[in-house]
Amino acid sequence: MKKPILTLAAAVISASFSLPALSAGGGDVILRQEEWSFSGPFGTFNKASMQRGFQAYKEVCAGCHSMNYIAFRNLADLGYNEAEIKAIAAEYEVEDGPNDEGEMFMRNGIPADRIPAPYPNELAARAANNGAYPPDLSLIVKARANGADYLYSLLTSYEDAPAGTVVPEGMYYNAAYSGHMIAMPQPLYGDDVEYADGADTSMDAVAKDLVNFMAWAAEPALEERKRMGVAVMIFLVLLSGLSFGAMRFIWADVKKAEA
Amino acid sequence: MSANQFKNPVVRWIDHRLPIFSFLNHEATEYPTPKNLNYFWNFGSLAGISLVIMIITGIVLSMNYTAHVDYAFDSVERIMRDVNHGWLLRYIHMNGASFFFIVVFIHIFRGLYYGSYKAPRELLWMLGVVILLLMMATAFMGYVLPWGQMSFWGATVITNLFSALPFVGEGIVTWLWGGFSVDNPTLNRFFSLHYLLPFVIVGVVILHLVALHRFGSNNPLGIDTRGPQDTIPFHPYYTIKDFFGLSVFLTFFAAAVFFFPNFMGHPDNYIPANALQTPAHIVPEWYFLPFYAILRAVPDKLGGVLAMFGAIAVLFILPWLDSSPVRSGRFRPIFKIFFWVFFADCLVLGYIGAMPAEGIYVVIGRVATVWYFLHFLLILPILSVAETPRPLPQSISTPIFGGAGAMAGAAAAPKRKVE
Repeated sequence: MKKPILTLAAAVISASFSLPALSAGGGDVILRQEEWSFSGPFGTFNKASMQRGFQAYKEVCAGCHSMNYIAFRNLADLGYNEAEIKAIAAEYEVEDGPNDEGEMFMRNGIPADRIPAPYPNELAARAANNGAYPPDLSLIVKARANGADYLYSLLTSYEDAPAGTVVPEGMYYNAAYSGHMIAMPQPLYGDDVEYADGADTSMDAVAKDLVNFMAWAAEPALEERKRMGVAVMIFLVLLSGLSFGAMRFIWADVKKAEA
Repeated sequence: MSANQFKNPVVRWIDHRLPIFSFLNHEATEYPTPKNLNYFWNFGSLAGISLVIMIITGIVLSMNYTAHVDYAFDSVERIMRDVNHGWLLRYIHMNGASFFFIVVFIHIFRGLYYGSYKAPRELLWMLGVVILLLMMATAFMGYVLPWGQMSFWGATVITNLFSALPFVGEGIVTWLWGGFSVDNPTLNRFFSLHYLLPFVIVGVVILHLVALHRFGSNNPLGIDTRGPQDTIPFHPYYTIKDFFGLSVFLTFFAAAVFFFPNFMGHPDNYIPANALQTPAHIVPEWYFLPFYAILRAVPDKLGGVLAMFGAIAVLFILPWLDSSPVRSGRFRPIFKIFFWVFFADCLVLGYIGAMPAEGIYVVIGRVATVWYFLHFLLILPILSVAETPRPLPQSISTPIFGGAGAMAGAAAAPKRKVE
């Protein structure tokens, strides 16, 4: 009697875990699976790759895509020191103000500034992109199912449309995109950027660097979370063991009386 | 119970004037509890602790949250990025809702299996159903607060359900929204109510506990305690057992918070709400999926809404639908089978709720919905009179005598528990 009841808890828990996964999986595409350094319980970010990804973002993506939630000061997570961050921020012009005369003015960026967006608002972005809106990339890895694999696949799956498929004007064929018709032109062709560290600049490699960078941008606390999680799990497993022992000890007289 | 049982003179002085220590001693320490409770009786205290976790994290989160359509999403991202350990608070709160429901669903199925809703615990059960309803309302409104795509569209779909009511429907929806669409007034009132309702839940939980302590816990045998030989004091026996259960629960909870924090969420909710762009599939949180399936199973909108609320309402009258005098499913061979069929039916409904409403899913959803109501409205009343229960043990501490052990599996457990 007892065993089938015990399966109740297991069934409820496993069902609750599997249902949303099924619902979130949707889509008519098969993604390229990649081993990401940040996945798994001990996952960490690859700083060198993130720095390269940041460079690729600046040179390839930032013309159309904002990263509104990222401030220059956050780039410390990529391994940049304070002086480097100040230098990176100073490359940008940001609007500030109003000043004492009530005028807005432009100044060089400082670490506290967010990365300036390419367009002042959504309408300007649409007007410049045939009516399509290039989404903000700060959260994109968390805002798509299997975000890391999805973006990696999306960036590397531009193809010629199969015979008989008509691609409308201003659209492009992408095997990883739901419906396959995407308004974003192919961003990477290979050797789009030149890395100071001499790393691989093939389409695949740059796409991976971008995903590493955007995964961090979506979840900057990931490393801290997993590090803390390991310690918390060790503590809780020990606590469970200890409290189980304490329970057996306290209940010994009741069990003895029953035996 | 007199005040002089306390050694500390300050405690004695206070207790003489305000008998709070006597009360705690009576209700939390001496409180006689059946000695044969199994681990399924851990889930009541786990639910209470989940509520406390939700309230504490929620209060701190609200200090950093801005209930405005232009700032809500940003303020949540600020919590995730700039507030010290804000990501931890939010992930605990977000996953805490799911774990609260997991715990409460197990608690409810335990009550269903062991007949905990039967006399004299009908009001205890009904108060529990009230808590479930309040939890659902609170969870729904909480999910709206981050103002992501699923927040917005979930709120739109669910509030629109009320428009199905004849004559007053449209007016009620406008009144709920505070306008003519889900907008800033809606977000503001949802935040207000999301903060208020948990404290209402605390109030009903207190009533739930008062009703519980009137007759004490039911137990796996479903028979009344017959005297001190059947019970043990709550402390230390069940405090330590609840503590052990809590440690295990927190281990699972922490695994989700630290390693799969977004597993039970939906990626679309990391896209800011956009009234002009409907997501491909609007899916409620997993704990609403069985009810969502019932809603969609009925082709008529009003019928679907009534069926969905009926699925909860039927629980209120359950103590009178199942009038079998035997509480525990352990001694009801046919009930036991139907209980597991019903449990599977609920899982099927949850699965169907996550699937698009098309093709075979619609058919399965309808069959499962009909079965859900048949179980309560037809099967349980019939079983109440038609089923011959197995003989009950005389008391918790007395072994069963006689030929009760026809089924090997059934005989094994009482033997170990009862002797």
